Amino acid sequence: MEYAAVFITLAIIFALYMTWGVGANDVANAMGTSVGSGAITVRKAILIAAVFEFTGAFLAGGHVTGTIRKGIIDASYVPAPEILVWGMLSALLAAGVWLMVASYYGLPVSTTHTIVGALVGFGIVALEVDAVQWQKVGGILASWLISPVIGGCIAFLLTLSVRRFILDTDDPFGSAKRVGPVYIFLMGALIALVTLFKGLKHLNVNMSVGQSFAVATAVGVIVAVVGKLLLRRIEVDREAEKEFHYASVEKVFAPLCVFTACSMAFAHGSNDVANGVGPLAAVVSIVTTGDVEQTSALPVWVLILGGTGIVLGLATMGYRVMRTIGTKITELTPSRGFCAELAAASTVVIASRLGLPVSTTHIIVGAVLGVGLARGIAAIDLRVVMGIVTSWVVTLPIGATLAAFFYFFFKGVFG
Amino acid sequence: MRTTSPLAGLFGRSPIGPMQAHMKVVTDCVNNIVPLFEALGEGDRERLVALNDKIHALEGEADDIKNELRSRLPKSLFMPVDRRDLLDLLNAQDSIADTAQDVAGLLEVRKMEVPEALKQGLLPYVRRTVDAVEQCNRVINELDELVEMGFRGRAGERVEEMVGELGAIETETDDQGLELTRALFAAEDEMKPLDVVFWYELIQRIGDIADFAEDVGDRLRLLIAR
Repeated sequence: MEYAAVFITLAIIFALYMTWGVGANDVANAMGTSVGSGAITVRKAILIAAVFEFTGAFLAGGHVTGTIRKGIIDASYVPAPEILVWGMLSALLAAGVWLMVASYYGLPVSTTHTIVGALVGFGIVALEVDAVQWQKVGGILASWLISPVIGGCIAFLLTLSVRRFILDTDDPFGSAKRVGPVYIFLMGALIALVTLFKGLKHLNVNMSVGQSFAVATAVGVIVAVVGKLLLRRIEVDREAEKEFHYASVEKVFAPLCVFTACSMAFAHGSNDVANGVGPLAAVVSIVTTGDVEQTSALPVWVLILGGTGIVLGLATMGYRVMRTIGTKITELTPSRGFCAELAAASTVVIASRLGLPVSTTHIIVGAVLGVGLARGIAAIDLRVVMGIVTSWVVTLPIGATLAAFFYFFFKGVFG
Repeated sequence: MRTTSPLAGLFGRSPIGPMQAHMKVVTDCVNNIVPLFEALGEGDRERLVALNDKIHALEGEADDIKNELRSRLPKSLFMPVDRRDLLDLLNAQDSIADTAQDVAGLLEVRKMEVPEALKQGLLPYVRRTVDAVEQCNRVINELDELVEMGFRGRAGERVEEMVGELGAIETETDDQGLELTRALFAAEDEMKPLDVVFWYELIQRIGDIADFAEDVGDRLRLLIAR
């Protein structure tokens, strides 16, 4: 293919730009509740994010990437491989630009939604309306409605269970220490299971159902034991209890939040990083094989690149957003942050395992509302929720328009 | 790029802390009426005026907290309690300080002496009224625990119990007030008619303080029940 090296270089630059944007802005949202509740420090959050975003993208990012590169555009409509390459480049650039503009104005946007919108826009203008796999797009749209609701439901139930098993007992402090590791076990096992169960094909690891279950249980036990050890050091704070009865219990939730923050970073990496590098993977595969059907395996370095971009974004800008969140959210207790984040992480991990590109930010907002519905949060500003819903709606056409614009630009330059 | 996040804006400022701060100031304000009546009994005008100033200042402080809280409770705020109920609760809390201020103001403007017939019962009555407000403050102090528990379970039961106690104290003050009114009626002929009128008024007003305290408790019950 002509300009092969140029295309790959451009795709790498755009993908880095986009994942940088994700790291700069989106990661802070994903881990915002544990930072905002004061359960973990900004420094810890950055460290956790760097490690687990990367691991999440590397280990569990493959499925979502597959949907982005193969699921939205029907390749049989593509007359020449170059056109698909231009389309993927436009999608990357559109998403990067919109992410930048929206963040500048403080609008909550979803990278995922922009990329999907961009690919649809490209499909319509460059190919034809039927080239868009509307059924799959419909499924993705439905998942955007359903995923925050599911996150909210899980958060609601978690809040009730924390109350039932920990807070509303004779000795809430002791209960928290006893029950805490159980939550950690369930979380660790779930994430491990979802990741392992036929999820590591791109690393040439194939496990049977039984093996997956065994390893997942082992992972769960290990994190639970680590959690138990961490919790042992927490002591009752009589002085703080005079002011607030549940002060000591909340102290127990702080180390628990370290685990939810890890899983959230993992989930975010598996979903959002994968979205970002999906088009890059497509470009690489088309350029190297000339095959628009993209049957080749996902190159692992693409996922590594995405992870690197996120960490770069975190290191340059993300910590500032994280700090803002840490100082601005003052009314959240660790137990609420724990419930919301655990619910959101589970939802995102399951969605990305199903190959559904969802928005982490929207799911965490859904989870926070779920805790609120359980009468757990003193005040939630519904105007912000409305803003998020609005951004949801406008992002699709904007992503589509930008992608169409960039497509004609690339066509003009290379065509 | 801006360093903001939609998540940071999602969490509104909790009204619970300011509610408790307001009640604390109201309690501090009301606490001054025991020394106020002591000063009245001892005929210590100077101290009475000073205490009246203090009560006025604290009432003003409570008003400031109230207005500040009201101004940032937009309808778009999603709270575990009904917004209307919360504002009513705030108003009830505020009425306690308002009434204490009325009592102090009256004592300052109208130079009065404690009539012989009321000397024995008056201070215990005032003290018990302040007890009611103190209990009310303790109940409001449980608000954050209620949020933690989602207004259910043990925290809810404990608050129910405390509100019951508050009601019992209020009933006691009712009896004391009635006793004082009877004593005042018996002594009417020996007193200046205008003094009689104003002492009826004072006894009534002091009773109102306890009534409002009970009202706060009842409204809190409503919040829990929703």
